[in-house]
Amino acid sequence: MARRRRKPRLAVWKFASCDGCQLSLLDCEDELLAVADAVEIAYFPEASRGEVRGTYDLSLVEGSITTAHDAARIQDVRRRSRRLVTIGACATAGGIQALRNFADVEAFISVVYANHAYIQTLATSTPIADHVGVDFELQGCPINKRQLLEVIAAFLSGRRPAIPSHSVCIECKLKGNVCIMVAHGTPCLGPVTHAGCDALCPSYNRGCYGCYGPMETPNTRALSEWLQGLGMARGDLLRVYRKFYANAEAFRTESKRHDP
Amino acid sequence: MNTTSDLALITPDGVRRLIEVLTARGYRVIGPTVRNGAIGYDAIDGIDDFPVGWTDEQDGGYYRLRRRDDAAFFGYAVGPHSWKRYLHPPQLRLWRAERSGDDMRIIDEDDEPPRDAFIGVRACELNAIAIQDKVFLGGPYVDPHYRSRREGIFVVAVNCAVAGGTCFCASMGTGPRVGSGFDLALTEIVHDGAHRFLVECGTDVGAQVLTELPHRPAPPSDIEAARAIIERTAQSMGREMPATDVPALLRRNLEHSRWDNVAERCLTCGNCTMVCPTCFCTSVEDETDLSGATAARTRRWDSCFTMDFSYIHGGSVRSSTRARYRQWMTHKLSTWVDQFGTSGCVGCGRCISWCPVGIDITEEVRAIHEGECDGDDS
Repeated sequence: MARRRRKPRLAVWKFASCDGCQLSLLDCEDELLAVADAVEIAYFPEASRGEVRGTYDLSLVEGSITTAHDAARIQDVRRRSRRLVTIGACATAGGIQALRNFADVEAFISVVYANHAYIQTLATSTPIADHVGVDFELQGCPINKRQLLEVIAAFLSGRRPAIPSHSVCIECKLKGNVCIMVAHGTPCLGPVTHAGCDALCPSYNRGCYGCYGPMETPNTRALSEWLQGLGMARGDLLRVYRKFYANAEAFRTESKRHDP
Repeated sequence: MNTTSDLALITPDGVRRLIEVLTARGYRVIGPTVRNGAIGYDAIDGIDDFPVGWTDEQDGGYYRLRRRDDAAFFGYAVGPHSWKRYLHPPQLRLWRAERSGDDMRIIDEDDEPPRDAFIGVRACELNAIAIQDKVFLGGPYVDPHYRSRREGIFVVAVNCAVAGGTCFCASMGTGPRVGSGFDLALTEIVHDGAHRFLVECGTDVGAQVLTELPHRPAPPSDIEAARAIIERTAQSMGREMPATDVPALLRRNLEHSRWDNVAERCLTCGNCTMVCPTCFCTSVEDETDLSGATAARTRRWDSCFTMDFSYIHGGSVRSSTRARYRQWMTHKLSTWVDQFGTSGCVGCGRCISWCPVGIDITEEVRAIHEGECDGDDS
C-alpha cells in the first residue's frame, strides 16, 4: 500500500431532503468497507452517532435550503469543509420541494398545518450552490451509488470525476437500446436530461422522467415542440418539466412557457 | 462484374444451411432480428431469428415495424444498429494498472474477440466498413482493437429489395447494389414463384462456403429479376442528397444562416453520431478504486455534440449548438474528404430516422444549396 498520512475525513450533511441520496452511500454494501477503509467517516448521523468535531476534507451535502436556519448552517458547513460536493436533485437544484417556488408557500402552510405559528420556512427551496461555493455537483434523484463512489475515489486520488454531463441518449446508444421515442412514439426526456442513471427507464420501455436534471446544453424548447407533435398536451408539458428538477433553470424556464 | 456462371441460386433452406456452415466453421453469426420494436443486429442461431415477414416504415425521427404480406427474410431497410457495434465496440477496457509498493504494473487487457460472420450487410454498410477501414487501418497508426475484430470476418451482403423512407444511398453512390467487400452477396426474390436467393461470390472463402450449400446455377430469368429488384430500390429512395459538389458547397458556407436555423432544432443529444456507421470518435475514461491500488482505462464512443469533446484549457471550443452541428456535418460531408479521401456519409439515413426531432442532413444541405442558388439569381 502507498504511504498515507491520516485518512481524509468525510462528513455527510443533511438539509431539506428525503435521505435517499445519503442512503446511496450505505447502499454501497460491498464497497462500504472499502469506503470506511479509505476515509474516516467523521460525521454521518444516518449511519453513526459518533461525531468528530472540527474540519472535514470532504463534505457530501444532501438537501436544499428551505429555512433561514439552514441558510446559516450551510455557511458553517462550507467553512469547515476543504471540499464540498452536493449530491442529488435537492442539493443541486432545490428538489421536488422547489415546487413551492411556483406557488404561495403561505397558502400551503394554512392547508397543511392546524397551527402555523411554529412554522418558520422560506418562500423558496434553493440549491446549495445559491448559498456557498460548491466544488462538484453530483446529479440525480436519487444519485447513482456507482457515481458516488467514483466521486469519492476521484477526490481521494486528486483527479476529475468521470461523470459525463451529456444526454441520457448516449447511455441508451452505448447499451444498444432501441430509441423508444422514435420506434414506439413514447415521450421521453432523455435528449435533454443529464446522464448518470445508465438509461434506466428507457431500458424498460419507459420514457425518461428527467430525474438527473438538465443535461449540459438542453434544448427543451425544441424537444417540447416534438413532444406536442407526439400528442402531448400543454398541461402535461408543464408537468414533465416540473418534477424533481423543477427549479433547475432549463426545466424551470420551459415549464413556465407552458404555464397557462 | 461477375459472369452469369458465377451466380448461383439457393432456397431459404440454403440460407438455413449457410448459418449452420458458418457456425461449424467457428464463426459467431450476427444477423438481423426483431428486438423491442425494431430490426437490429444480434447473435442468431438460425433463420427463425430473422425478421421474417417484417419491414419498417421510416421518416425523420420515426421508425415503425410493419408486417409484409410475404415471408421475406431481408424485406426491410437498415435499423438502429450498425456493424460498427461489433467492429468498434461502444465500450472497451484498454488496460488496467496495479500498485505494488511504490511501483506500478500495467496489465494489458486480453483482447481476443470472437470471429464474426455478419449476415445481411447492405451496400451502404459495406461502404461504411470500408470508410472505417481507412480511419482505423489506413495510415501509420493502426487501431489494434479494430484490426483484431475486422480481420477474418465473413460478410454475407444483401442487395436491398426495399428502400427505407430515409435512405439516400443512390445519391451518394454507395448503393443499393453491393459492390465489393463481401464474401457472399444475396439478392432475395420473393415474388414470381418460390422464395429464393441469387448468390454472388466475392471471395474464395465465399466460394468454398457456397460449395457446402445446396445450390444450382441461376437461370437468366432470375438474374434479370434480381437486377430489376435492385433497380426498383434505387428508384424508390426516400431521400436524396442534392446533386452538387457538397464538400465545396459547405466550405463556402461556413457562416450561412441555416446553421442558426438548425441550432434552434438540434438537441445536441448525440444520437446522430451514435447511430452513424462511420462516426468513430472515442473518449478515454480513467477509473481508480478507493484505496488507490488499482486503476483502469476504458475507451468509449464519444460525440462531437458533447461539451467535453472539445474541452481544452479554458473551456469547450465548440460551446454553441451551431458550432457543434456545423462541425459534425461539415466533417461528415466535406473535410472528411480532405482527411480520408472519401465522404463520411454513406446515405444510410440513420441520422435522420433516429434523430429524436427528425433533423434531415439532406434537407440541411438542400437549404444551404438553394439559398446559394437564390443568391445567384438576385
